[in-house]
Amino acid sequence: MNPLLSVENLRIAFPSRQGPVEVVRGVSFSLGRERLGIVGESGSGKSQTGRAILGLTPVTGTATADRLEFDGIDLRNASASQWRKLRGARMSMVMQDPKFSLNPVMTIGKQLMEAVKLHGGKSEARDKSLAMLEAVQIRDPERVMAAYPHELSGGMGQRAMIAMMLVTEPDLLIADEPTSALDVTVQIEVLRILDRLVTERGMGLIFISHDLRLVSTFCDRVLVMYAGKVVEELDARRMNEASHPYTRGLLNCLPTITGDIRPLPVLVRDDAWLK
Amino acid sequence: MTTQVPRQSLGEWLRSEQPASRNQARLGQVWRSWVLFTGNRLGMIGLAIVVLLMLIAVFANVIAPYDPLLGGDLRTERLLPPSLDHLMGTDDLARDIFSRVVHGARLTLMVVALVAIIATPIGLLVGTVSGYFGGWVDTVLMRITDIFLAFPRLILALAFVAALGPGIENAIIAIAITSWPPYARLARAETLTIRNAEHIDAIRLQGASSPRIIWGHVVPLCLSSVIIRVTLDMAGIILTAAGLGFLGLGAQPPQPEWGAMIAGGRRFIIDYWWVATMPGIAIFAVSLGFNLLGDGLRDVLDPKAEK
Amino acid sequence: MALIDIENLEVTFDGGDRQVRALKGVSLTVEEEDSFGIVGESGSGKSTVLRALCGLAPVTAGRISIDGKPVPAPRDQAFYRRVQMVFQDPYASLHPRHTIDRVLSEPLAIHGFDHAEKRVEQALEDVGLGSGFRFRYPHQLSGGQRQRVAIARALILEPKIILLDEPTSALDASIQAEVLNLLDRLRADRGLTYVLVSHDLAVVSHMCDRLVVMQSGEVVEELTREALQAHKTSEDYTRNLLTASAGFTRDTARRR
Repeated sequence: MNPLLSVENLRIAFPSRQGPVEVVRGVSFSLGRERLGIVGESGSGKSQTGRAILGLTPVTGTATADRLEFDGIDLRNASASQWRKLRGARMSMVMQDPKFSLNPVMTIGKQLMEAVKLHGGKSEARDKSLAMLEAVQIRDPERVMAAYPHELSGGMGQRAMIAMMLVTEPDLLIADEPTSALDVTVQIEVLRILDRLVTERGMGLIFISHDLRLVSTFCDRVLVMYAGKVVEELDARRMNEASHPYTRGLLNCLPTITGDIRPLPVLVRDDAWLK
Repeated sequence: MTTQVPRQSLGEWLRSEQPASRNQARLGQVWRSWVLFTGNRLGMIGLAIVVLLMLIAVFANVIAPYDPLLGGDLRTERLLPPSLDHLMGTDDLARDIFSRVVHGARLTLMVVALVAIIATPIGLLVGTVSGYFGGWVDTVLMRITDIFLAFPRLILALAFVAALGPGIENAIIAIAITSWPPYARLARAETLTIRNAEHIDAIRLQGASSPRIIWGHVVPLCLSSVIIRVTLDMAGIILTAAGLGFLGLGAQPPQPEWGAMIAGGRRFIIDYWWVATMPGIAIFAVSLGFNLLGDGLRDVLDPKAEK
Repeated sequence: MALIDIENLEVTFDGGDRQVRALKGVSLTVEEEDSFGIVGESGSGKSTVLRALCGLAPVTAGRISIDGKPVPAPRDQAFYRRVQMVFQDPYASLHPRHTIDRVLSEPLAIHGFDHAEKRVEQALEDVGLGSGFRFRYPHQLSGGQRQRVAIARALILEPKIILLDEPTSALDASIQAEVLNLLDRLRADRGLTYVLVSHDLAVVSHMCDRLVVMQSGEVVEELTREALQAHKTSEDYTRNLLTASAGFTRDTARRR
């Protein structure tokens, strides 16, 4: 069966005074209708990878790939109108902080309905929006429709964001640190909602995060990135069999509630990983 | 404890990632800012014009071929058009306009420098103190600022000059007094943001007194915006001084102040256009220069654009 | 006698016509050389407790005592030589235009310490940064390095009590381990007393012997590390926090 998304040798470079600097150096993977986690620390290139799939690399950067295909469509040279048909309708992105990713001067309802109308469906826009808000377990959808982003708590804002990104029923959702700005009890609730929606709709999900443990419990497969390269790819359930020293180091250096190792084992970086 | 370091070139010393002294670190920062600035072509043009102005002002005696105040033969040398002998022609008192423009650069530079030196510290002081302390200090200082802001600059300058008498020194005081309020407002706005920063909390927790915090921690962060604003204001200041000169309330004849020269040449503008136009071009060029320089500085100094 | 004694602390922020009660009667005690944790989610008031201790938040009721004596209001130089704080955001807690040397020597200058040069160099060494860092600017340092500088700054006045406001929340996981180890070592070497605030139960459990759980401006429960690790909690809120900290499981989803 054809994979939903195919990425081969993705490279993203940004200009600097010393010449172009590659922040993503040859990343390859494929995604079916499953959950893929991409884990890395800051500077690993994980966010830029997610953005490149949606064609959202900043104008100063250049993204190249041997292959970047979504459902048979070559994304590398997609025109502006092709992107308009894809983004929001078939591929969506949920970002970290709803305070910054939702338009602060438009009500939630208006933003939701705008998303629906843009991709066909003017008449049922309102009904679809309300139904979506209920699907993300917002108990008072009418009130939230009329509210502005700053009037919602972090968890609710993120759920509204998810509603907005899923109301058009896309095939692929990219979530970039969707729960990192939330309290830990709210995180679990939001993840639960995301889990159910992704399963129900048979979507492909790319979950980008710095939290290796969280990703390994939520996703089916995990890619570990370091300095722009994928250093390890493995089944989420086999995380304890990780072989790359970076992955092992990352797993071991985290403090745990029941742990008793003092001092914490420190990740020793090897320059060989940069090659 | 000193370690023997192999001799570095000046460039390497400035660009060093591990500066060994305060001065090296500070100079290294200045160097990096300079390199950034040189990338901005318009800014460099602005800088060139301003530097040219300064050089002309300093070397006016050498550059000007004739005496700016003494005219030539009133029968044969009045109102001559530009030629090789008189690059900008002569005016109605047979004085070489080029020499007058060159000497006028000194006056312009003096006005600009003194206004900046007087108005900027006042604005910074009022703004930062007002923003940092808040409460009644803020209210009182800002109301005083509002009073000065409410007057149109030229009108208040006129009133001052009328009260104190005409002359370029009084014109400078008048312009300076009306220039500081926007800098105070700007400094206050920056201070309101800065004072909530964690590094200010940190230094308060180390027992720093308010004057130390304002002078050492708040002012350095306000400085960029204020410098940019002052540079951009220079054009307006030059025009105001020229305006005062034009009205006869700034520099007094026979001083070769550019505004006064335009006023003097007004009558001849149809038949002898160069008398008023040449100093006008000078004012235009210098205002443009400061504007371009200010814009270039903004690209380099704007803290929001910083990493 | 406890080193730090907080009794019925109330902090109310006055925002014009709106008043926010950040702390509604918080009491806790910290013994000398303790490592004490305050855990809570956003809005719990945990950071406000530290700020109130330092005099950075408006106290409307209650008492704060150090060594049995109530803290002076406003705080004096002697207080600042006993209590120092490490802030959360390494990108905001260092002045962007000051070199590291200035950051470390300014407190010495304010309090009139001698041998400033030697102290600055020693402080950098103690936190694992070489002398090559001394004249750099913060933007030339990574997040972890900046936080080490912040720790060096907190220690340079030789205080006895260090308040840590989410010191590793903004750092990558691998750097977090290094900084936590550094804090551990410094406490053991110098006999310091820590009050550590965090939203991360794992960090608090690793670093602290005793802790309180806060919610909406109140202390919900007080625990020892052993009780926390054994899940011997008496309050539902604490139990929920523990479960959520364990991560996402599909069982958790179904049980709800």
